[in-house]
This record gives sequence, structure tokens and C-alpha cells, in this order.
Amino acid sequence: MLEVEGVNSFYGKAHVLRDLSFEAPRGHVVALLGRNGAGKSTTMKSIMQLVRPASGRIVFQGTDIVGLPAHKVAKMGLGYVPEDRRVFTDLTVSENLLVGRQPPRDGAPTWTEDMLFDLFPNLAERRGNRGKALSGGEQQMLTIARTLMGNPSFILLDEPSEGVAPVIVEQMAQVIAQLKSEGLTVLLSEQNLHFAQAVADLVVIIESGVQVYHGTLADLQAHPEIRDAYLAA
Amino acid sequence: MEFFVAQILTGLANASSLFLVACGLSLIFGVTRIVNFAHGSLYMLGAYIGLTLMEALPGHFGFWGSILLAGIAVGLIGVVIEMLVLRPVYRAPELFQLVATFGVILVIQDLALLIWGPEDQLGPRAPGLRGVFRIMGEPIPKYDIVLLIITPFIALALWWMMTRTRLGVLVRAATQDREMVGALGVNQAWLFTGVFALGSALAGLGGALQLPKGGADLLMDFTILTPVFVVVVIGGMGSLPGAYLAAIIISVLNVFGVTYIPQSTLVLMFIVMIVVLMIRPYGLFGREEVAGEHGQVGEPEEPIKPASAKVRAIVAAGLAMLALLPLYGGNFALVLTTDILIFCLFAASLHFLLGLGGMVSFGHAAYYGGGAYVAALLVTWTETPMELAFLLAPLGAGLIAIVVGWVCLRLTGVYFAMLTLAFAQLLWSLVWQWQEVTGGDDGQVNIWPADWLNDNTVYFYFALIFSVGGILTLRHLAHSPFGYALRAARDSKRQAEATGIDTRRVQLLAFTFAGFMGGLAGALFVFSKGSVFPNELEIVRSFDALIVVFLGGVKTLAGGVVGAGFFKGVEDVLTRFEYWRLVMGLLIIFVVVVAPEGIVGSLRRAWRRFGPGHSQADTATEERRT
Ligand SMILES: Nc1ncnc2c1ncn2[C@@H]1O[C@H](COP(=O)(O)OP(=O)(O)OP(=O)(O)O)[C@@H](O)[C@H]1O
Ligand SMILES: [Mg+2]
Repeated sequence: MLEVEGVNSFYGKAHVLRDLSFEAPRGHVVALLGRNGAGKSTTMKSIMQLVRPASGRIVFQGTDIVGLPAHKVAKMGLGYVPEDRRVFTDLTVSENLLVGRQPPRDGAPTWTEDMLFDLFPNLAERRGNRGKALSGGEQQMLTIARTLMGNPSFILLDEPSEGVAPVIVEQMAQVIAQLKSEGLTVLLSEQNLHFAQAVADLVVIIESGVQVYHGTLADLQAHPEIRDAYLAA
Repeated sequence: MEFFVAQILTGLANASSLFLVACGLSLIFGVTRIVNFAHGSLYMLGAYIGLTLMEALPGHFGFWGSILLAGIAVGLIGVVIEMLVLRPVYRAPELFQLVATFGVILVIQDLALLIWGPEDQLGPRAPGLRGVFRIMGEPIPKYDIVLLIITPFIALALWWMMTRTRLGVLVRAATQDREMVGALGVNQAWLFTGVFALGSALAGLGGALQLPKGGADLLMDFTILTPVFVVVVIGGMGSLPGAYLAAIIISVLNVFGVTYIPQSTLVLMFIVMIVVLMIRPYGLFGREEVAGEHGQVGEPEEPIKPASAKVRAIVAAGLAMLALLPLYGGNFALVLTTDILIFCLFAASLHFLLGLGGMVSFGHAAYYGGGAYVAALLVTWTETPMELAFLLAPLGAGLIAIVVGWVCLRLTGVYFAMLTLAFAQLLWSLVWQWQEVTGGDDGQVNIWPADWLNDNTVYFYFALIFSVGGILTLRHLAHSPFGYALRAARDSKRQAEATGIDTRRVQLLAFTFAGFMGGLAGALFVFSKGSVFPNELEIVRSFDALIVVFLGGVKTLAGGVVGAGFFKGVEDVLTRFEYWRLVMGLLIIFVVVVAPEGIVGSLRRAWRRFGPGHSQADTATEERRT
């Protein structure tokens, strides 16, 4: 569904992604793992075209999306949940969802506000509250819900478990499992295996912007030395 | 009591146009982060277009229909401006956008002159609303009452749009984080165009609505600009309720000011603004601005290097050519070159503040004009010898800069810029309205240099020594530990402070020093011309300097000087033509869109691109930028 082929990305002169390649097949949950500063968020942003790759191809459903504006990428069915959440703090929960709303899309589940409130019951109670009044975990749910309002067929989740309470991490894992069962493809970034283990089918590990492992979760679990070499405990 | 009520009603009626224009500006700023200086021009266009339509369409329907149509027409003009001029510069640093909108101002000024001619035009009376209503015995024009009633409805309609429609919600979301809105699938380009069109339409509507009260003239663009900025800043950039409240405060204050202290109406407005900003630095309803939050920091710059031997040789040769000018140049060349030298120093002082200090001042004319007036007033009122007045002028300008800097440096970004502009305008209004001392509009005349300097050639050398000396001092300072501290404070306040730099002190010193040098340029100016008028303190003069710095290139040390030479040269040629503003405006827009790194920056890039030592990362950066 998504193929990243030889992507190089820069911030100014800093070369952050180096010939990065991997793929995410339809209906799978792919975990993108790596330490702090490995380039996970940059990979996500490069896919969304928020950072423009200097070279390489990113093929989504058969189309090379490098160079497209971000809104076109989103319109093709890629949903992006940034790591720093970026909730619209002056807008209410409902208004945040409204910003994300897009028409239904073939080959992807269609979401309504009510369905999302069922998925995230905490948000339902707070629909009239402003984004800035939400807790960190609630904000994280809101960003995911906001992205789902666009009815994506593929969702990029940048460290969804970062800085949220264990119960919510639990809930998040269930949500990801549900998204997968609805047919969505998921690319999930994490610093370690804990959370990914519960949900991922495939694993990509990057280190300083270079891909160092690409395989199934089961294979990785059979080789703890790889995990120890490239991931935080 | 009756009189009091009548005054308030008049104030409320006057608030109508001011609110509409301010609200448009605020909306545009909120979403696009562009301070649209051409907003006054759109207001002016609204008035002229409304007038033309009213002449063609008779009756009630014609009158109100014309106002509406004028708004729509100006909205469409806004679309054209947005797509042609602003789209290329959204990601650029603020100064680029400022300069681009200034280009638009010049173009619209000349187009209006071309189409509607130079005479002031009286607005038609609104049909059926010719007389006055008596309210508690006081006569209030009927049209005022109508304005005062419909304005809250317009405000409510806008508020409804912003809170109840998806477009409004998108606008508010984009005001906070436009990149995220894009990543959620919203085409920002069209959102921006839409908002710019709406903002422009409001300005046009404001212009047409005030026709029965004020008519239309070619100065409207700048006349409205100042109060509008004051309103937007007091209300808080991007806030609708803020703009409404502030428009009312300013208009009512103005009406009372005219009655009780007519000499200080302009000054009053700025005092209110300064007081509000001292208490609430982001206006009544504004949100804190974080520098670079919107990705407008620009590319990281090259470290500055000491000049190479080659560059030194070129500079030395240029200086020698200059020094020998009296041998081969005529009188005209001497006078023009003196002008250029003075302007170079003025621009270099702003460049120091802006490029090195990262402090975008919109009101640098305050120190240039301030210095000139200090010298002139000393000569006129105390008969100070020219030499002494000349030396005291930059000190006076520096003193003004200390006070202004002390207040303004509490703020950053757009608010800092706006406050510097406000102080410059405050000074201008003081000079303009305090006629007994400053001569007001008539300026100060007969301010000639001492006898030994009273010769074009001698004065040329005098200006040469002080300009070049001043510029070299500024340059020297840039390479000194003080310059490093200043740049550290610009790039990261927190990190600079962590290394023990008192950033506020460093910035205040730099601000003062830039003011001092601006004052020196002003002193050179006043004695070269023998007179000074309030226009040396005007917004236009501050903008000239900004344009020059921009043209030369913000991030190059030579920028100010090269830009000033170019600007004065072009101006000298262009002002001989009737419609020079049009050409100048188009030229400015062209440079902003095509060579946004300025003259020096573009030359340097071309050298790096085609010259030796060209690396892969450079290509990558360049490709992504295009
Ligand atoms: N805006 C930026 N400008 C310059 N360098 C950046 C920028 N953002 C990230 N970097 C650098 O790029 C590298 C990769 O950063 P990235 O955010 O992609 O890492 P990450 O794997 O997401 O890390 P984390 O787990 O901490 O979120 C880091 O070295 C970082 O310092
Ligand atoms: Mg990250």
C-alpha cells in the first residue's frame, strides 16, 4: 500500500534520512522503531510531505506522492497524527473534529462524530470543552479522532503512547487493533518494543536515519540482540 | 449630559468603518500571518469604487447596492493581490511580506490617481437620510444613527460566521496552526485566498460606508492605516471582539479629544495604545506570539566572515573613487551622492538593528527625523552653533531610542514592530501638531551649516567622512564581542541568557546605538538641505529604509549600503516621471517575488551555485526551495 524507496531528507544542511526504504502492506500494522532522534518523526513528516524529501520515491496506492502539497496527500487517504498532538487549543472538541472532516472514501471505513465518541468515551463527555482544557491523554485521543474524521485508509501514528497514562496506552492498543480490523493500514512509531509488541505485525527499525531492520515482529522477537543493539530498553 | 451622550453616539458611528477595516486586517493577519500594510489602500479603493457606482446607480437601492458591490469588487481585487503578490512570500520572513505589501500601496496610489484624478471627492448623501435626529435635544446626523445600528449586526454576522460555519472554524484553526490544517486535508492556499478576499471586502465595505461622512481622496490609505493598526494592536491581532471594542474606544476617545484637547488627538490614540500594551502586551484579546511559530524564521544563515582581501580591495577602490568625485563629477553628482551617502548611513543603522539584532523596527524614521529635528530646533530656538547642534543631534536621537527601546523591548515579533511604528507616529504627530515649537507643517527652515561647510564640495567630504565612519563603526561592532552577543540574543534568547548574556541590555544598547546612527544621518541630512519637514518622520520614510535593507539583503553586511545606493539611484531616475510610484511599486514586487534574497544575497547565491565549492547539500536545499 505504501512504499518508501531510497528517501533522503534534510533539515537545512543536516542530512536526517539516508536512503530510507521500507514498505507497509495493506491491512497491516507496521511499527517504526528507533531511539530518540533516530528520524521516526522525520519519516512520518516526509511521507506527509511536511518535510520535502530531497530525493527518493514514496509510492502510495501506486502514485508517487513526493512533491505534492500536504493537503493533497491527506486527500488521497493518508491520515497523520503528529507526535506533539497539535490540538487546536482554542477550538472545542467538536470543532476540532469538524476541521478534520472529509467526505467518505472508497475502500476506507467512514467515521462520524458519534462513532468516534463511542470509540473514545472520554471525549464524548468533553465535546463542548476547548482543546486547552483537555488532559494529555484526552488530547492524544482527540488528535486520533480528528484524523479519523478524514476517513483515511492509512494512518500514521507518531508515538501515540508517549506521555500518557498506562490505562490510556491500553485503550490506545485496543483502538489500533480495532482500526486494523476495520481494514486500515497503520504505521506506528515508537521508541521501544513494549507498546508495539501488542499491536504490530511488521517492524522497521531505523538508526540515525538508516534502516537497520525490516521484518516480522516474530522474527525480531527471535533475535533479541537486534533489539538490544538498536532500541531503548 | 446631553452633549456627552451625543459625543458618544458620534464616536460609535465613526467606529463603524474603523471596525470593518480593522477586522479585515485582523482576520488576514490571524490566518496568513501577514501584516497587510496595503489594507488602507483597499479601503481607499472601496471608497472610490463605491463613489463611481453611486453615480451610476440611483436611489435607495443604488446607494446601498453600491456599498455592497464596492465591498465585493475590493474582495476580488484582494484575490488578485493575494494570488500574484503574497502567495510567493508566505513562507518568507516578515520583512519580505511587508515590503511586498508596500509595493502594492505604491501601485494602488498611482492607479487611483490615474483613474479618479487628484481632486478630493465629496461623498453623496445617503438617500432619505439627509437630516438629523434630535436625541435629547442634540442633533445627530441620521446617517450616523443608521451606521451605529448596523455595525453591531455586521459584527454579529461575522461572529456567527467565525463560530458557526465550517469555514469560520477552519479560519480559527488555521490562525493557530495552519500546517496542521493542511495535513488534515484542507487546501491552505484557497483558505488563505478566501480569508484575504473576505478581509479585503471588509476594508472595501468600510471605505464605501464612510462616503457620506468623509468622501474619497488619495491620502485615505495612509490616514486610515494608523488608527487601524492601533485598533488591531489594542484589540489583539487576530481577535474580532478585540477589534470591535478597540474601534469603539479609539473613535469615542477621538471625538472627545477633538472637543477638549484638539491639539493632541493623534497623540492621544498612541498613548492609549502604549498604555494598553504595557499592561497587556498582546492586546486586550490577543494571544502570545512565539517567534518562528509559523515557520517564518527563514533559512539558517551563513556565518559572517571578516572581509577577504579581495573584498577589501574592492571597497578601498570604491572609496577612492568616491573621494575623487569632486574632480570628475559635476555639482549635481555631488549633491546626489551626498544624499546617497546619508541614506546609506540611515539604512545601515536599520540594517544593524534588523539583520544583526533581529529587531524589526517599523519606525526607524523616528531617529532619522528625530535627529534632524533636534539639530534644527537647537539652531532655531537656542542659536546653537551648527557644529554643536550637529553633535547633539545623534545624542538626542539616541536618547529617544533608549526610551522607545526600553518600552518596546518588552515585546517581540509583530507587536514589537507595531509598537516601534506607534512611537514613530507619536513623534510625527507631536511635531505635526505642536506648531508653536516645531513649525508643524511648515517645518524648520534656514538650518544652514557653518560657513566653512557651506559649499557643496566641502559638505560632500563632511558627509563622506561621517557616513563612511558611521558605517565602518557599525561593521566593526558587528565583528566585536558585542555583535556576537547581539546575534546570540537574536538566534536564541534562552541559550544566550544561559551563557550569561543579559539579552535585554544588549538589545537595548543595540537599539540605542542604531537610533544614534540614524540621528547622525538625520543631522547630516538637515544641514545638507537647510530645512526639515514632518515627512522625514513619516511611515513612508521608515518604509524607505526597510525597503532599502530588504533590497540589499537582510543577511549580508553590505546589504544596507548596496540597497541604499540602488534605491536612491532608481528613485532619482523614476521621480522624474509622473507615475513613478507605479513603476517603483511594480519593481519592488518584482524583486520580492523573483530575487527575495536581495541584491547582495542573490549575487552571492549565484556565485555559490555556479562558482567553485558547490556541494550536494546546497543542491538539495536549493531544489527543495524551488
Ligand atoms: N526542525 C528541525 N530542524 C533541524 N533538525 C531537526 C528538526 N527536527 C528534527 N531534527 C533532527 O533530526 C533528527 C531526527 O529527528 P526526529 O524528530 O525525526 O527523531 P525521532 O526519531 O522522531 O525522535 P523522538 O523519538 O525523540 O521523537 C534529530 O537529530 C533531530 O535533532
Ligand atoms: Mg519523534
